[in-house]
Amino acid sequence: MTLNIRSAARRKALFVVSSLAVLALPACAPAPQASGINDPHEAANRRFHEVNRAVDRTILRPASKVYAILPQPVERGVENFADNLDTPGDVVNNLLQGRVGPAAQNSLRFATNTIFGIGGLFDTATALGLPGVETDFGETLHVWGVGEGAYIEVPFLGPSTTRDFAGTLVDLAANPVSLAVPQPESNISIVAKAASRLGDRARYSETVESVLYGSADSYAQLRLLYLQNRRFELGQTDGAASDGGNDGFVDPYEDPYVQ
Amino acid sequence: MSSDPHSLRLSRRGFAVALAGAAAMVLPMPALALTVEDARALIDKAVADVNSIIASGQSESAMFGAFEQVFINYADVPVIARSALGPSARTASAGQMAAFTAAYQGYVSRKYGRRFREFIGGSIEVVDAKPLKSYFEVISVATLKGEAPFDLRWHVSDKSGRNLFFNIIIEGVNMLASERTEVGAMLDARGGDIDGLIADLNAV
Repeated sequence: MTLNIRSAARRKALFVVSSLAVLALPACAPAPQASGINDPHEAANRRFHEVNRAVDRTILRPASKVYAILPQPVERGVENFADNLDTPGDVVNNLLQGRVGPAAQNSLRFATNTIFGIGGLFDTATALGLPGVETDFGETLHVWGVGEGAYIEVPFLGPSTTRDFAGTLVDLAANPVSLAVPQPESNISIVAKAASRLGDRARYSETVESVLYGSADSYAQLRLLYLQNRRFELGQTDGAASDGGNDGFVDPYEDPYVQ
Repeated sequence: MSSDPHSLRLSRRGFAVALAGAAAMVLPMPALALTVEDARALIDKAVADVNSIIASGQSESAMFGAFEQVFINYADVPVIARSALGPSARTASAGQMAAFTAAYQGYVSRKYGRRFREFIGGSIEVVDAKPLKSYFEVISVATLKGEAPFDLRWHVSDKSGRNLFFNIIIEGVNMLASERTEVGAMLDARGGDIDGLIADLNAV
């Protein structure tokens, strides 16, 4: 049952990828810098935001507190293991983006951690000066010239954009490790990823709580955080939102409200 | 990137900078235009303060107070306050603005001071500074315990008459935009009533 749904989703996602690839490859320049907030589905997004807050309150937060009882080295091992299984997918995306250096680094990293890090439980590569160059298919789409699209908050997944959510679906469906490893063994990567997310929820607990429950408008705050951080990751803002007006940043000394 | 997790080298250098900074604050300084070195020195000093508070080994609650003080000493709180209030700053009376700024200073210092707690066990290192439009951007790298180093930037201006930072950007997320969104939402919740907003800020 689950298997059928998954393979159907996978086929569908692969279809989306190949059609997008055909559309995008001829115009192979990164998408122009996105700015401001494009949120045409705000009403629906706000409903999903409430769903996500409820899921966090009733499931994620309590589960992460239980998970956090595990000794730190165990949590770290789970996180490393999940990250390592994502690395082949990173390599594919690095290559699709035409970034050979990061692809080589991630490949070497995967080999190092799989062999010397005991199947990825230890992050030997970072200790050797080979940090991961994490990426995703959303970034690949960006490099191919696909614009950010609309902001969306996805139930159970959280903030995204139409482009990045399409990327997430592709990464899930076309993950090289899940494709190479037969069922049900490949489910371990999903379990590891879920556990790793619980670990993140526990570790960044204070930050998550301050946004989700400490803000006067947690929806607007999360949207702003996500968009700014995502644009930074994609190298669109140089960390500075330096091209004034971007992401709601205004030089306060030139700001008409400040005199 | 140095992988030394203890950053002894850093805190020793930080201490020297802090001493130099303390000397600079005692000596009367001629009014000069802000340079990239000044901007960098300001953040070096602020970072040295944060690092020395982290290394002091005092209780967390004592650290919060000390972190708040860093914010008050090095940030241009009135300009951050006006920016956070957005368009309503124009319609507010002078008395309301003064009360709002005072309330906001306490609120923002508590809020961001508390966030500095995440730096306990870690360190911040200033790596670069450059002019950006009419102000300066100081780039630092924060290394927290067990985390990949991340990008932390400070925008510094002397337009207030002193060299102060007015924005912090963490991995692309800038404080001014975030604060304007937050204070805007708080004001909306009060139906645009600034006095109500001031009461709420004092209560947070």
